[in-house]
Amino acid sequence: MTQHVTIAREEPVIWHLAEEEHPASPTGLGFWIYLMSDALIFASLFAMFGVVSTAFAGGPGPRQIFDLPLVALNTAFLLASSITFGQAIPHMEAGRVGPTRFWLAITGLLGAAFVGVELYEFSHMIAEGAGPDRSAFLSSFFALVGTHGAHVTVGLIWIATLLIQLGSQGLSEAMKRRVMCLSMFWHFLDIIWIGVFTFVYLYGVIR
Amino acid sequence: MTDTLAKTVFGRLSWESLPFHEPILLGTFIVVVLLGLGVVGAVTRFGLWGYLWKEWFTSVDHKKIGIMYIILGIIMLLRGFADALMMRLQQAIAFGSNPGYLPPSHYDQIFTAHGTIMIFFVAIPLVVGLINFVMPLQIGARDVAFPFLNNLSFWLTVSGAVLTMISLFVGEFARTGWLSYAPLAELAYSPDTGVDYYLWSLQIAGVGTTLSAINMVATIVKMRAPGMTMMKMPVFTWTALCSNVLAIAIFPALTAAFFLLMLDRYVGTHFFTNELGGAPMMYWNMVWIWGHPEVYVLILPAFGIYSEITSTFTGKRLFGYNSMVYATVVITILSYLVWLHHFFTMGAGPSVNSFFGIATMVIAIPTGAKVFNWLFTMYKGDIRYDVPMMWVVAFMITFVVGGMTGVLLAIPPADFVLHNSLFLVAHFHNTIIGGVVFGLFAGMVYWFPKAFGFKLDPWWGKVGFWGWVIGYWLAWTPIYIVGLMGNTRRVNHFDDPSIQPYFIVALIGAVVILIGVLGFVMSIVMGFVKRKQLADTTGDPWNGRTLEWSTSSPPPAYNFAVTPVVHDLDAWHDMKTRGYRRPASGFKPIHMPKNTAAGIILAGLATVLGFAMIWYIWWLAALAFAGLLVTAIGHTFNFKRDYYIPQDEVARTEAKRPLPLGAGA
Amino acid sequence: MSTSSHHAVASHSASHGSRAAYRAGSILSIVLTAIPFLLVMTNVLPDRGIIAPMIFALGFIQIVVHVLCFLHLDTRSEGGWTLLAFLFTTIIVVLTIAGSIWVMYHLNANMMPMPGGPMDGSVH
Repeated sequence: MTQHVTIAREEPVIWHLAEEEHPASPTGLGFWIYLMSDALIFASLFAMFGVVSTAFAGGPGPRQIFDLPLVALNTAFLLASSITFGQAIPHMEAGRVGPTRFWLAITGLLGAAFVGVELYEFSHMIAEGAGPDRSAFLSSFFALVGTHGAHVTVGLIWIATLLIQLGSQGLSEAMKRRVMCLSMFWHFLDIIWIGVFTFVYLYGVIR
Repeated sequence: MTDTLAKTVFGRLSWESLPFHEPILLGTFIVVVLLGLGVVGAVTRFGLWGYLWKEWFTSVDHKKIGIMYIILGIIMLLRGFADALMMRLQQAIAFGSNPGYLPPSHYDQIFTAHGTIMIFFVAIPLVVGLINFVMPLQIGARDVAFPFLNNLSFWLTVSGAVLTMISLFVGEFARTGWLSYAPLAELAYSPDTGVDYYLWSLQIAGVGTTLSAINMVATIVKMRAPGMTMMKMPVFTWTALCSNVLAIAIFPALTAAFFLLMLDRYVGTHFFTNELGGAPMMYWNMVWIWGHPEVYVLILPAFGIYSEITSTFTGKRLFGYNSMVYATVVITILSYLVWLHHFFTMGAGPSVNSFFGIATMVIAIPTGAKVFNWLFTMYKGDIRYDVPMMWVVAFMITFVVGGMTGVLLAIPPADFVLHNSLFLVAHFHNTIIGGVVFGLFAGMVYWFPKAFGFKLDPWWGKVGFWGWVIGYWLAWTPIYIVGLMGNTRRVNHFDDPSIQPYFIVALIGAVVILIGVLGFVMSIVMGFVKRKQLADTTGDPWNGRTLEWSTSSPPPAYNFAVTPVVHDLDAWHDMKTRGYRRPASGFKPIHMPKNTAAGIILAGLATVLGFAMIWYIWWLAALAFAGLLVTAIGHTFNFKRDYYIPQDEVARTEAKRPLPLGAGA
Repeated sequence: MSTSSHHAVASHSASHGSRAAYRAGSILSIVLTAIPFLLVMTNVLPDRGIIAPMIFALGFIQIVVHVLCFLHLDTRSEGGWTLLAFLFTTIIVVLTIAGSIWVMYHLNANMMPMPGGPMDGSVH
């Protein structure tokens, strides 16, 4: 009980809140942490690629199979899609459903073009005998770039879903949160792509 | 024609996949089927399906999910322990001309299943379960940050466990060791379904573990009660935070390694093969980038449990709280710099080996600091030797030995001698049993009254305790000795009869541990029988110090009728000593998340997907995948995910609590 | 509780400064993408040895630009937790990639090279 005296303060101690508190949504932080873990999956794939990036096993190397103009076109699609997503954000924040959907749709089209070009590149390489089973280098190339492409595809499905939900729900707080998460996801994929075109394509061709 | 039809419909699956020719498996199968039918029959007979479905399976309440995780862990512990007993028996008798009762192919499956199950489906579920149950209560939250995700994570873990269990009777489990090293795990050397079972069950469970870790970190960061700054967080919450941060950092490496091995097996790529430039050792590298931090993912929460119990049962504030927190954070970071010590002998050379050897030795320092903190907390304390505190003392004695043998193994030249020996096997069982398992038992005994409203039976609890502690030392001391002599691991037959006595002693030790396991089960059974005597009506049976003891046992769905405000590290102790009175009125409606069936449906579809992929039943895999996609997207169209508990219901629930104050005050 | 619909959007978009940042980021990222592609595709620099460090530096700068301008990472959002998580992840990414390559390089250098193995980069 001596403690009681020594710790006593001037004002009465508040032991609990009088009103129900409404804590800020944890979704933004949670999704950010998810992106960090996803970045580590890509880090592992980059490490794998780095380790076997010269293991051609007698098969074709980067200079024979990488078509840089095509990669540049693809990079332009993805970069443009990131910028168009940026156009959607101010409209989303202001609650303007129509323009938000418009820019999201444009972003989706650019993303689809990216996936289309990548599929063309893959099929072309496989047809030339440079498929994922040819060498460890090619395996890791297809795994790394393909995983990125799969993420973009998930992003496309997500955009399609949001376009429908924006139509029925408008821009409620929950919907705004979803658009923000998708925006983080999309920009994150763009950042991964910077690593891919630098480390895999450009460095591959000049090394 | 019918052959190709059967292949299209059933893939690799055929009547030969069932174990009709293996008497041991057939016997187990029949027993499991009978037990399963018994449980299903009992649940149907008492009409419990609706209750289980509504109140448990679809629940998003972190307390119920935590309890379900722990039940999963205990069931799988029984399976994993049965495997251990079988191995000990085989090694005790298989000498000279006696081949024992387990042929190599079966023995290999057993040690693989034992390791896989004990880490992924016992240790992880128990740790995650305790964190799930305790942590939100400790920080004064109503639930976790993402309640639905929590339910999904649990069911994904169950899905992995179910696939592993199916492998016991349909086809085979992997024979490649608990980490399925390449190139042995490649299709060329392991063509049957074993490695596929391994990969799919761990991949599905791994997704659950990652999602759960993200959830827990977001919860701790965003949902602490007002006043609870980072340095006023209970130590268990701190260790839960670090453990989950670490899990988020490492599970991606495992996911990636398994994903690449899957590609090797299904698509014919060459990541870890011996041909066409593959780098098998890269698999070891990636798997141990996950593997070493993983042991800290498991043991950090155990350290937290010891800290809470030591402080409670000595009646003192924890000695060196700040150093405990810093040690935890330092271990979190250092644990990422030691992975190569698992393959010193791989030949990376002196510079690499020295770096990782020194890093491994350094990590012993913060761990040692923690041991001193616990000792100084006990020093001049008013120690009550209840069962949880007994586990703590046994841990300190046992774990320090395991830590010392770890430092021995950290020296690369010594490791060249001891690598892959039974000494190593004894070392990691010493740390996992003496560190993690003892901690989990301590935690389960300590928080059991909070979860169910009555204590476990202490007499049987002590039987369980002594069984485990004596059994542990009996079982593993001889293994240390034969390991130091140079005997290697994963061997199902020995030629030298002079070492047989050691293995017989080890078998006796395993049987004593069996007494420990049964003692623990009995302490639950007898606790339930004597639940009136052992009831905890106050919510604070141990005179606890942290917030979880300030609510009733078991806590109401909303945990706290009013959000507590924290002024001190030992928040509840502070409230008790300064004359806190629980409010009797003025409640507000409480906002809560709704239950949902989406988690269990998604996990069910993931199980089907895994099974179909394992057996090459492509049409079913495609269907299951489409189902997953549709269900996941469909779930996002559900916008009505919450409800309010009306205030008169809160008032009624609170009025039922017998005492206005925690009686410990 | 995360599912409740009446909380403000997570505070990570400080919406006023962010529009200008977006514009600057867009222009910078176009430039920073174009330069390395031009460097590699047009052979402006005769010495290929200096191209590699240049494209890596440009890639690194572009990643920083994207993180700051598009993901709006700063010290304030989420009370600094996003920044902390990002820095921690960066450390782990570097450890994973550099550590793996370091370990595997030494392994390959010390052990017998196998035909067609990772060290067999002679043929392409």
